[in-house]
This record gives sequence, C-alpha cells and structure tokens, in this order.
Amino acid sequence: MEHSYFFIAMIYLAAAVIFIPIARKLGLGSVLGYLLAGVVIGPSLMGFIGQEGQDIMHFAEFGVVMMLFLIGIELEPALLWNMRAPILGLGGLQVLITTALATGLALLLGQPLNVSLALGMILSLSSTAIVLQSLKEKGQLSSSAGQSAFSVLLFQDIAVIPMLAIFPLLAGTASGDTASHEHTLRDDLPAWAQTLVVLGAVTVIIVAGRYLVRPLLRVVARARVRELFTAFALLLVVSISVLMSLVGLSPALGAFLGGVVLANSEYRHELESDIEPFKGLLLGLFFMAVGASIDFKLVLSMPWVILGLVISIMVIKAVTLIILGKTFRISIEQNLLFGMALSQVGEFAFVLLSFTQQNNILSTDTVSIMTAVVALSMAFTPLLLLLHERLIQPRFNRKETTDTREADEIHEKHPVIIAGFGRFGNIVGRFLRVNGVQATILDLDSDRVDALHNLGVKVYYGDASRQDLLAAAGAAEAKVIIIAMDTVEQTLEVVKIVRKHFPHLQMLVKAENIPDTYELMDLGVLHIYRETLDTSLRMGADALQMLGIRAYHAQRSANTFRKQDDKALKGLSAIRNDKKLYINTVKERIEELEKLMSSDRVTRWNPTAQGWDEQSMIDEANQD
Amino acid sequence: MAKILILFAHPALEKSRVHAQLIAAIRGMQGITLHDLYEVYPDFNIDVRQEQSLLLQHDIILFQHPFYWYSAPAIIKQWMDLVLEHGWAYGHTGTALRGKFAGNIVTAGAQEAAYQKDGWHHHTIRDFLLPFQQTAALCNMQYLDPYVIYGTHRLTHDSIVEQAISYKHMLEQLRDGQLKIQ
Repeated sequence: MEHSYFFIAMIYLAAAVIFIPIARKLGLGSVLGYLLAGVVIGPSLMGFIGQEGQDIMHFAEFGVVMMLFLIGIELEPALLWNMRAPILGLGGLQVLITTALATGLALLLGQPLNVSLALGMILSLSSTAIVLQSLKEKGQLSSSAGQSAFSVLLFQDIAVIPMLAIFPLLAGTASGDTASHEHTLRDDLPAWAQTLVVLGAVTVIIVAGRYLVRPLLRVVARARVRELFTAFALLLVVSISVLMSLVGLSPALGAFLGGVVLANSEYRHELESDIEPFKGLLLGLFFMAVGASIDFKLVLSMPWVILGLVISIMVIKAVTLIILGKTFRISIEQNLLFGMALSQVGEFAFVLLSFTQQNNILSTDTVSIMTAVVALSMAFTPLLLLLHERLIQPRFNRKETTDTREADEIHEKHPVIIAGFGRFGNIVGRFLRVNGVQATILDLDSDRVDALHNLGVKVYYGDASRQDLLAAAGAAEAKVIIIAMDTVEQTLEVVKIVRKHFPHLQMLVKAENIPDTYELMDLGVLHIYRETLDTSLRMGADALQMLGIRAYHAQRSANTFRKQDDKALKGLSAIRNDKKLYINTVKERIEELEKLMSSDRVTRWNPTAQGWDEQSMIDEANQD
Repeated sequence: MAKILILFAHPALEKSRVHAQLIAAIRGMQGITLHDLYEVYPDFNIDVRQEQSLLLQHDIILFQHPFYWYSAPAIIKQWMDLVLEHGWAYGHTGTALRGKFAGNIVTAGAQEAAYQKDGWHHHTIRDFLLPFQQTAALCNMQYLDPYVIYGTHRLTHDSIVEQAISYKHMLEQLRDGQLKIQ
C-alpha cells in the first residue's frame, strides 16, 4: 500500500497523541507508549505502515544523535573527565565480557566462529535511546545507576568504531563488497592513517566548536530571526553527523563531543530548547518504528526460540552488568536498576545486522530472527524499569517502619516537606528538628538515604518531582516545602510540580547562582535563597571586624548589603531579557557584577543610621 | 576593693568622640571589667547565663552609654529584659543581686542647665533615669547617683581627654571605697 507522506505523518502523529497520554496515565512511561503505538500501527496489527518502517527507523535514529548532542551540552568537559574511570573501566569491561559471553552462547547454539563473534559484538551494545529516555523520565539520570549507565553507553558508542572495522574481516573471502555500506574516507587507508583521520575529525569538532561556531552563533543570534537560530542549531548537528559518517565514526559520538565543546557556551540554553522538540519527535518516531518492526508473524511461528533468546540475552547482559556494578560499588538498589536498564540490545544492532547481511556474515533468516529479538528486548526494557520502580525500589524505601511509635508519627502529617537532603537541605532539616518541627524528608540519592538511615534519620527515598510521591509525603496537608535538590534542573521540576498540584504549599527554594535565581523568579517563586550569599557576607563581616571595624556595624552592613543585593537582582531580572541574545553568559555575569558594583558605589551599602550621628546636633549647638 | 562591671553600650562607637576616649582611659584598669555589649552581641542574641555569671562576680554594676532619647541605647533594654530574670534578680527567690550597687554613666549633648525643671528638657537626668533606679530597687540593689558628662556637643578634644581622666579617677575611688555612697 503506497501512502502519501502526509498520510504517514498523520498516522504517526495521531498514534503518538493517542497512545502517549494513555501510557503516561497508566504509569508506563512514554517510551513504552511509543513502542505500543508502533506495534498497533505496524504491519502486524493494523498495517497502516509497512515496509517503510525500516527506512523511517534509519531516519529517526537521528533523534539519538540529537539526544547525545543535548546530553553533551549539559555536560561540562571537566565533568566528563571526572567520569573517565567508569567510562573506560565499567564500559570497557561490559563490552568485552558481554561480547565474550554472547559469542560463547552463539557457539553453543552451533553457529560458526565468525558469525558468533559478529553476534557477540552486536549483542554487547545497549540502546542509548531507550535507556537514557526512560531513566530521564524517571528522574534517575543523575543517580549513580544513571551515571554508570551513561558511562557504559558512551563507551559502547566508541566501541562501535573498531567493530565496524572488524566486521569486513569476519566476512572472509565471501565479501569484499564494501560498496554496499557507506563509503568512508578511511576505507583505503593504512591503520595509522585511519587513526590520524579519526583524530583529525575529533580535533575539527573541538576547534571549530570553540573558534568557529561560537562567533557564528553570535552573528546568527544578532540577526534576530528566531527560525534562523533553529536552522543553525540543526545545521550544526547535521554537519557533525555528516563529518562523522565521512570518516566512519558514530555520528552520535560526534554529536556528543560537539555538545560537550559547546557546554560552556552562552547559547547553551537556546540550542537546547531549539533542538529538544526535534529530538523528542524523532525519538518518538524511532521508538514507534522499533515497535512496528517487530515481525509478529515470525515471532508466533517460533515463539519459544525467540522468547528464549530474548530472555537469555537479557539475563546474560543484566548479570554481567550487576557483577560489574558490584565491583564498582554501586548500591544494591541502584545496581539492579543499572543492570535492568542496560539489559536490552541497542538500536545500532539494526545497522550492524543489515551490514552483516550485506557482508554475507549472517544469513537472512538469522538476521530476521535477531531483528525480532533485538526489538523485543528493547520493548521489554521499559517493562523491566517499571518492575524496578514498582517492586524493587519500594523495598529500599525507608517507608516501612519497625516499631509502632514510628507508625503513629506517619499518621500525623508533618507541616514541612524537605525535598533534597544534601549539604543544604540537611542543615535546614537539622535546624527545624532542634526547633521541634517535624519534616518529611525526600531524597533521590539512595546511598545517602542508606547512610542517613544508619544514623537514625528517617529519609524517604524518592523523586520529589513526582506528584504521587509528594502526595504520599503529605503535600496536601503540609504548609511549607523546602526545595534544595542537588541540581538546578531537579529544583525547577519540583517547583513546577508543586505550583501545579499543590499551590497552597509555601515554597522555600535554594538557588545556586544568579541565573537560577532569575529562572525561579520567572516561575513566580517568592522565597529564593542563594546558596552562598549569607555565608559570603558573614565572612566579609568577620573580615571587617578583623580590620578593627565594630561588630555591630559590620553585621548591619552585611544585612543591608544582602537586602540591597536582593532588590538590585529583582530590578535586573526585569530588564535582563532585552539583552539576553547578545551577551554571552560570561560577559553577562561580568556585566551584572558591574551593574551591582556600580550601584554599590552609589549607596555604599552603608547602613544608614542618622540617629546615631550627632554631627548635625554638634553643628547646631555651635551655631547658637 | 570592690569589683566593678561596666556594661558599655554604643551602637556607633566609630563615630563617638567622648565614649571612645572614656573607654580608652579605663581599659585595663585593675578590678574593672569593661563589657562592650554591641561588640559582643551585634545580633542582640544575649547569652543570659554568661551575663548572670558576670553579674555575680562583681559588686558594682555600671551602665555606660550616651543619653539617647532620655534613656539608653536599645541593647541595654534588651539586656535588662533578658538577664534580670524573675526568680533570679527579683521575686520571692530572686536574690542573686542583693546588696550590689547599680548606676549609670551618661553622656549628654546638652548643657546641665537644659536638664532642669525650668530648662529645655524640663527634667533632670536623674528623673529620666527613674526606670533604672526602680529596676535596681526591685533587684534589691542600691542605685548610685548617675555620673553625667554634660554638653558633649561643645566639648573640645582637650576637654574630652580631661573628662576621661576624671572618669578614671572616679572609678578608682569607687573601686577603692573612697567615694561616699549614700
């Protein structure tokens, strides 16, 4: 059946609009919703879309590239450098061990060595799209499981490079037909030159990102045509992909690198918000294509073989990951999440499978079975994560009480909820506690929750940006919520949820710096506490005292400064949007500082205390 | 030799002409404890136990301060409100301060003539300090005549230095029991 593009677009969009809200309502998450939508509109059920599913999948894979670009842009280079141990250690071992085990399994099933090795490598990869999207939706991306999963996925993206190089060798004499896969610059070069080409491409991205893209962004932003910026953002990601494909590297990896280079850029937020919707749509499309590609006729013709393969592959992958996670000291609950999250086979397997088919490494039958297995393993992942969330995570929550007295306390709902019990939140909590104010504490770091539990502090493990969790914590009855999450993004999410579902709650929100403060102001938060403001001013006041200035004057001066600074910030917040596009963040910060400093010079931040100044009285007395 | 506690209160000593000199003159005198309230408690968070134990260690308690709005700067009131607890300083069991002496050391901008019944302010400084006098009485303490430096607005630097020396002499006499206390 040949349909027009518009008809196909309509089908996909309608399926998304119908299925995603249902899936979310059922608590299944959007990834599973897309997959189900794909199954329904796919050739197996309604048949709205047919063979073009594969092509659409290749196209939609670009969503993964965009996702990695977005992840990169949120990751500062220093942070990436800090992650080198888990990336190389955890990721490297995972790929090696899983490849070995899967190869062994294939050999046991009677496949020849070259086929087994190809399958082993294909199966060792996991799905970046499914894992990161699902973890992000559950707010687990910054947890230790999320970070470890990300490290492993990043290494897998790197590991694809040598895999692509090895595959033609596995084909033996039967192949040599390299024309069937995209021709790259590296093909006819000796190994050392190939390495040079790869390094060159990486250098191009870094240098161009730093010295070409930034000024270009400024020019484009100055043109003040909104869609031009969007076009440029897309061009950026597409160019990186083209360059990477040209030298035979993973476009996703290149995009990630490009993102990291631009992580400190002043246009970071604009780039993010421009690419985000494209990424979301393409990923959705990708998930639907995966759902549609499951060949149920094939699955039903040999259900036990395929199901057995899916389960054994996922078990092998998960067990390997969990053992590695234990070695890398991830806590039990997080480790289970880590193992389950990465247990599927990745989307790159589709590419590699067709590649191996073209290279005559794998037979057409094997490829169709494996395609079904890969797609099913991807479809099972959101289910596994759901299982983790519903069955495993609650066991590790600190909700169950051991004696009856504690159970009583839960009945009397606490007037205060503390979301985030890190450095900041725990001081607030301790302070409230010594004042006899009970608080319900929510924290997302399961290691910290365990540690606090051992100290006898009752902390509930959970994501405070989930409405149901807040409701369980008594948000409907509480008076005040203290929001002090570890990251700004989490903080903003909690603020949004509270504003939407519990508008009666008074929010006291921690901010890290001036841009956060602006964002919180934009959200209408009245009580914003900049993390370091009071401490810095106390330090300044102590310094004044050491220089011989009276303690009372120093303290009043610090108080006045804080008030004036808050006032100035509110004033600057109102006018900041005019200039936002022009000035890069660093410049913006300096300019803000300058504005603040110049208003310092006017008011001199001195506490006005005319009442204690007798000069005017002395003057008057001497006139008489 | 009596032990004297000076509870000193000046919210802006950096601007002061007279008190800065007075303080400089008496600093380090034997038997005299100078307790700078605004410096120790810039946040007005007065440590009651610490203040009470200081009181117990002294025989004569003097409030030294500029005369603001016919009274003392705010921290003195805060100090009195918090430290002179019922059951400790007054009341049936409040005998901690029994037999001690209390008084004010005051600087006033206007001349003595202004602090008279027929003067500009219509009352004497002693009259204005009535709350201190009655507080002392309630705490079973004997209230001393206030020590006043008048006309500070017109004092030259040299006369302020002289005033500081006289102040020091007065404290020495008070400490050594040479001052007649009525």
